[in-house]
Amino acid sequence: MKHRIEIVNGSESFGCPADLDVLRAMECLGRKGIPVGCRGGGCGICKVRVVEGPYRTGAMSRACVSVDEQSDGYALACKLFAEGDLRLQVVGKMARCFAGSAGGFHVYGLQGAASQTNN
Amino acid sequence: MALTGVLRPGHVVLRVMDLDKAVAHYTDALGLIEVARDDKGRVFFKAWDEADHHSVVLRQADEAGMDYMGWKVDSAATLERLAGDVKNSGLVTDTSWIAAGEHPHTGKRFRFTIPTGHVMELYAQKDATGCSTGYLNPEPWPDGLKGMAPSRFDHCLLYGDDLDGTVKLFTEVLGFGLAEEVVAGPEKFRIAAFLSCSNKVHDVAFIRQPMKNKFHHASFLLDNWYEVLKAADIISKRKISIDLGPTRHGITRGETIYFFDPSGNRNEVFAGGYIYYPDKPTVTWTDDQLGPAIFYHDRKLNEAFLSVVT
Ligand code: FES
Ligand SMILES: [Fe+2]
Repeated sequence: MKHRIEIVNGSESFGCPADLDVLRAMECLGRKGIPVGCRGGGCGICKVRVVEGPYRTGAMSRACVSVDEQSDGYALACKLFAEGDLRLQVVGKMARCFAGSAGGFHVYGLQGAASQTNN
Repeated sequence: MALTGVLRPGHVVLRVMDLDKAVAHYTDALGLIEVARDDKGRVFFKAWDEADHHSVVLRQADEAGMDYMGWKVDSAATLERLAGDVKNSGLVTDTSWIAAGEHPHTGKRFRFTIPTGHVMELYAQKDATGCSTGYLNPEPWPDGLKGMAPSRFDHCLLYGDDLDGTVKLFTEVLGFGLAEEVVAGPEKFRIAAFLSCSNKVHDVAFIRQPMKNKFHHASFLLDNWYEVLKAADIISKRKISIDLGPTRHGITRGETIYFFDPSGNRNEVFAGGYIYYPDKPTVTWTDDQLGPAIFYHDRKLNEAFLSVVT
């Protein structure tokens, strides 16, 4: 049984078996669109918002998804299981690693982070 | 005793969201040995060659990340002296004493929060329950090890905002040396610091980023490169979430592989490196060479490695 996962703020869509989390399903197909981090519900990089469709979730770090956010449809894709076709908005992105200083250090940006999130 | 003051990172306490899965990971896959559970539900582990009672602690929580790291110091007198120095440094907040016995087999601990937001502890006493091979005519390694079977908990890498304050505390108050650093731009702004209190190339490292109190990885020591490759096999065999490797770091020269526990906390097993002495000049890496500095073979920055923390 496969469900259709569509990323609304991107152009990706892919099939997701009911027993596989959405992030894993994406990775198995070699697809992109949702940033991949720990795959354990701990880091928050893969955060999405389900705008449409039925789903259930596994244990997600409260530091990444608050109670309010969870009831608003936010979830971590690595702990998100589709129970029907889903439409998702990607929320998480690779954060910049090194902060700038007050003295004007040029931020060491991670080029490609935006494209990884958006394409 | 030539190595004095702070001796080593003696424990790290990690939050996990599913204790049973975490225990299975840290024992069967990583290969630590469970030594105790307490009435708070915490589980205590050690690596096979460690003498003291425990080095890794897991706590069930609704989020991942690190609660605190504990540092063993050489004596009760040093503990009192350093606790006073740390308190008076003006660099820490939330100081307190944790009663003896709060961790099993462990004396009282002095707890404080460092400028990057991480909670650290100093303690002088933990029962030496002994390593798996004993100390009289020992065999080189014990039977019955599981998984990657590192010999010790080695170091942590932590992310936080006030790198300068934390480096000042560790070098000027706690007596650490700066083994290696990464600097950025013409003003040589420090963005990473690798700190040693021993002959190890690092006992803790910090990277500058905007959020306080973030955990990048806890690292465990293997004997050699082949054991790192075998760890990679175990990661695939057990379908563990891999981060990257096996590869070599330019920084510290370590041979390494990174992976995640079931709650998303990053682990490293590594081999190699070099001997650090307190009078060794600091190795400096510049940000334009950060690719090979971090991953010597790929020579490219890896977004997930730099961005993913708990
Ligand atoms: S990848 Fe880390 S929370 Fe999903
Ligand atoms: Fe490390």
